[in-house]
This record gives sequence, structure tokens and C-alpha cells, in this order.
Amino acid sequence: MLGGGILKGLAVTARNVVEGFVSKERLTTVQYPEERVPQVEATRDFPFLVFDGEDPMAGLRCVACQICEKECPPKCIYIDKSSDKKPDATGKPQFYPARFDIDISVCMSCQICVEVCPFEAIKMDVEFELSTNDRFGGLLYDKHKLAKSNEYYNHVHPTEAAAVDTKLAVERAKAAARAAAATQPKPAAVSPAPESGAQA
Amino acid sequence: MNTELLGVPPDTITRREVIYDQEGETLEISMGPHHPSTHGVFRMDVRLEGERIVRLKPVIGYLHRNHEKIAEGTTYLGSIPYTDRLDYFCSLTNNWAYCMAVEQLAGFEVPDRAQYLRVILSELTRLQNHASAVGFLVQDMGASGTPIMYAFREREKILDLFEALTGSRMMCNYMRFGGCRVDLPAGWIDQLKALMKTLPAFLEEFEKLLVSNEILMARTQGVGVLSAKLAVNAGVTGPMLRATGVNYDLRKVDGYGFYPRFEFKVPLGEHGDVYDRYMIRVLEMRESVKILNQAIEQLPEGPIIDPKAKLRGFRPKPGESYGRLEAPKGELGFYLISDGSPNPYRYRVRPPSFVNLTILEDMCLGANIADAVIILGSVDIVLGEVDR
Repeated sequence: MLGGGILKGLAVTARNVVEGFVSKERLTTVQYPEERVPQVEATRDFPFLVFDGEDPMAGLRCVACQICEKECPPKCIYIDKSSDKKPDATGKPQFYPARFDIDISVCMSCQICVEVCPFEAIKMDVEFELSTNDRFGGLLYDKHKLAKSNEYYNHVHPTEAAAVDTKLAVERAKAAARAAAATQPKPAAVSPAPESGAQA
Repeated sequence: MNTELLGVPPDTITRREVIYDQEGETLEISMGPHHPSTHGVFRMDVRLEGERIVRLKPVIGYLHRNHEKIAEGTTYLGSIPYTDRLDYFCSLTNNWAYCMAVEQLAGFEVPDRAQYLRVILSELTRLQNHASAVGFLVQDMGASGTPIMYAFREREKILDLFEALTGSRMMCNYMRFGGCRVDLPAGWIDQLKALMKTLPAFLEEFEKLLVSNEILMARTQGVGVLSAKLAVNAGVTGPMLRATGVNYDLRKVDGYGFYPRFEFKVPLGEHGDVYDRYMIRVLEMRESVKILNQAIEQLPEGPIIDPKAKLRGFRPKPGESYGRLEAPKGELGFYLISDGSPNPYRYRVRPPSFVNLTILEDMCLGANIADAVIILGSVDIVLGEVDR
């Protein structure tokens, strides 16, 4: 029958229209500012810097090694290394970023900086409502704006952050063991156990 | 044509020929770059006699982003997110093709689990690309809204899966040389299985909506016919080539990844017209569902990345490699030359959309201007990949 195909198609459309009123599955959109789709854990948009402890600037994990600056594909990270060393969260003297800026109008949210960071210092945020009417000041984030606590990181990416925390705790325990071994006189130093720990 | 009168040989290609047409019989129209049906910033300089097309010149380059040169100045790792932005509908297959080229260069072995994940993700990519390609094609015919929204409804479910795994809906940046970036999050496979249960019903519905539609048949059958000989000579690949009846699917020909382990058929067309290209995509979606079901069943446990693979500070040995795979739009290839430095010496993309677009004029000559829009839609181009 001529037109039969069209009628079949119209029947499908009609079924969808009717089901849209009764079935939750057919309602595929939400009214955005009032209703929100919950974000999945893996969501990423722009990077932030993780700090330990209370004081954001003292606790920054970043040691200004500038690997992320070199690896960043669109080159949107700007780092100035400090000339002096400050103690980090564990009390070890480290360099720190005198300037750490990310131009998030250039950033393409690729997560390469997170992957290459050997210190677990930079992570991806999930904040997405960032509109501003100041393109140059408002979208160039400095280290004060980028610094967010480890608790916040645990809040937005719980699984990933738990793995990172375990890894860091193991590393710190090893470093502490090494430091303890180094301060002790000869007997501990000749034993092979701390050596293998240092290599790992 | 009066080109001879101007002293210009008839086959000289100039950017914009000035035609002195005293009789006023031909009309030159510039379709695009902001024509809604051109799938991006693409311009067609069309010359018409009445409604019949007598010449069509594609004008590209509006979305040129210097992709290849940027990649030559970036590290091997840093190029992966840029490949997402080539064909932004199918970022995962782009990732895979690039990683395949680097793996050949460096000799990394991809673990089994990563191979299966790659197959699963690239078939999901194929599904959502074909669903939206069909939707856009029908939209070009004037079925404004309904079919494309049905396609996008399903596509959105697949993109949700991509987001749960990779963190981003479209710019996935997921594959790495030697494997994949992260393992599946908890519950992802169950979500995928739930989706797989609903997909056949969606394909049924999508087919019922369109396949026997008389208007669609009248608009597409016998329109934009491409001969197998021309398609092969022009290097056309993907659904475009298979619609002409040439059995060439890199999943079967190269057997890259773990594709030889799966049972699936390669749908072939007969006439090479717009309808065949449309049907091939519908049938390929069904085959993708088959591959996905097998891959989910066989998915092994294990590592997801080669322990030898080095991402940061990676310097492959001098040499060259070409990695290619069957992207949803055709053969996608990456050609790399390494000189031992952290950046590729030469980086070249063989984009399927661009090559498939070259025979647009041959398909459109003699057709109506309204059909040119459909023919372009059936090529399924993404301008990010054409212009690079």
C-alpha cells in the first residue's frame, strides 16, 4: 500500500509521544538549572592543585618541577620556580611554585598534566559553571584560586583519591624509614633491607 | 559555457571563475559555509542550469587548525588529545589509530584486556556515529527533528558510558600507546549490558520509523550513484565503498586488534546510491551489536597497559610506521616518522571524510540542487577531520 511506510513511522512517533507522558524511560531530558543530572565520578573539566593540611600555600604538593608545563599540549600552564626551599606538608624542604597560573580559556581538559605529575599534585576538578565577564583576569587562574584541599579531592573523586592517598602513605612511610635508617649509625646502614626499600 | 571566449582552457581550476553568461541560463550559487545542511563549515560552489547541477566545487579549509604541524611540535603523548578533535564524533577510534601507529613504531604489546576494551569502545563509537549519521541524513531530507532526536537519544546513552569511563563525553582521550588509560569503573559493564538489552529494540524502532517510508525511498533510490570503479580509483573507503558492492572492511582485511576473534558480517550494497549508503549504516549498527555482545562475554581480566610503555619522555627509535583502522567513516590512518626525538618528525593523517569527499562532484553532476544536500549528507563528513 502506498503510504503504508509513512503510517508505520507515524505510529512509532505517536507511541513515543504518548509514552513520554507515562514512562520515565521516554523522558530523556531534564530542566537544567532546576534539575540536574548527577555527575559521574570520572568527570573532568579543569585542573586544580591539591594541598595537604590547613594552609593552602604551605601544603601544596607541587614542587615546581615543571613537567606539566612542558607536557601540556596547548601550553596553558605557566610556572615560575621558587629560588628558595620551604618545608612541605611532611616537613621536607622543597621548591615551590612562585607562580602557578593556568589559563582555563586555553585549557582543553585533556588530563595530560594529571597523568604526568609524579607528585599527585594536580588533579581534575568537576566544577563547570565558570562563566565570567572578565576574560583575562577571570579565566587566568593563579595558585591561590587553583589550590584545593585533599578533602575536596576525596569528595569529588572518592575512588581515585583513596588510591592516591594509600600510595602516598606508603611512600611517606618508606621515606620515614629511610630517614630513620640514615640517622642511625653503621649497623642499620649495612643491612640490605633499607637499600631495597630505597630502590622501590 | 563561455570559458573558451575568455582564453581560459575549460578544465583550468581557478578558485572562483568569472562566467560571462549573456543568456542568463546558468546560475552560480555559493552554498555554505554557513548553510545548515553542510554539516559544518563547508562551501559548495554550485553552477546550475535550472535546478540541474552542471558543476560543483567543494571549498574547504574553514576549520583548518594546523593539526599536523601542531602534532610535530608536541610530544607523542600530547598529540593524543588533539586526535580527539579530528573527527569529534568518533574520538575513540581516532585515539586507537594514532596509538596503533605509535605502537608499531615502538613495538609495544597491547594486553588482552585492553584489546577487548578497544574493540568494545570502537564498536560503541561506530554505533553512535552511524545512528547520528542516519539521523542527519534524514534531517537533510526535511524530516526535521524527529529521527535525529531518536538517534541522539540513544547516542546520549552511549556518551554517558564514555563519560563514566573516560571522564568526557566526546573528547575521550582514553587510549594510550600500549593499552588504555584507566580500567573500567565499578558497574560499568553492567550498565553496558543493560544498554545492550535495549539497543536491538531501538534499532527495530529506528528501522520501522524510516526504512519502508515512501518519501525516503523516492528521495534516495537512484540518487547520487557512485560506481564501484570510481570509488576504488578515488580511494573511497568505509560505508561509502561498501555501498557500491566492494567488499573491503579493514576489520576483515587487516584483522587488526582482536577483530578476527569475533563473528560478524560485512553488509554490502548493490547500487551505490544514497539509499544503499543509508541501509549499510543501519545494517552495520546491527553487526556492531553482535560484536559487542561477543566482546562483553569474552572480556578477560588482567592489566590494561603494557608495562614497557612509557608515556612521559617517550622517545621512539628512528623509523616510520603507518597505523590504520576501520573508523566509522572509513579507513583512518596515521603516518609517523620518528627521528628519535620526543616529537614526531612527520605526522600525517589520512582522514576518511576528506578522501570520501573528493568524489562529491561526480555524484552530484546532473542531480537536482535539493539532492546535492542529501548526497553530501550520505557521505557523512565531519569537517574537523576534512580540514584538520
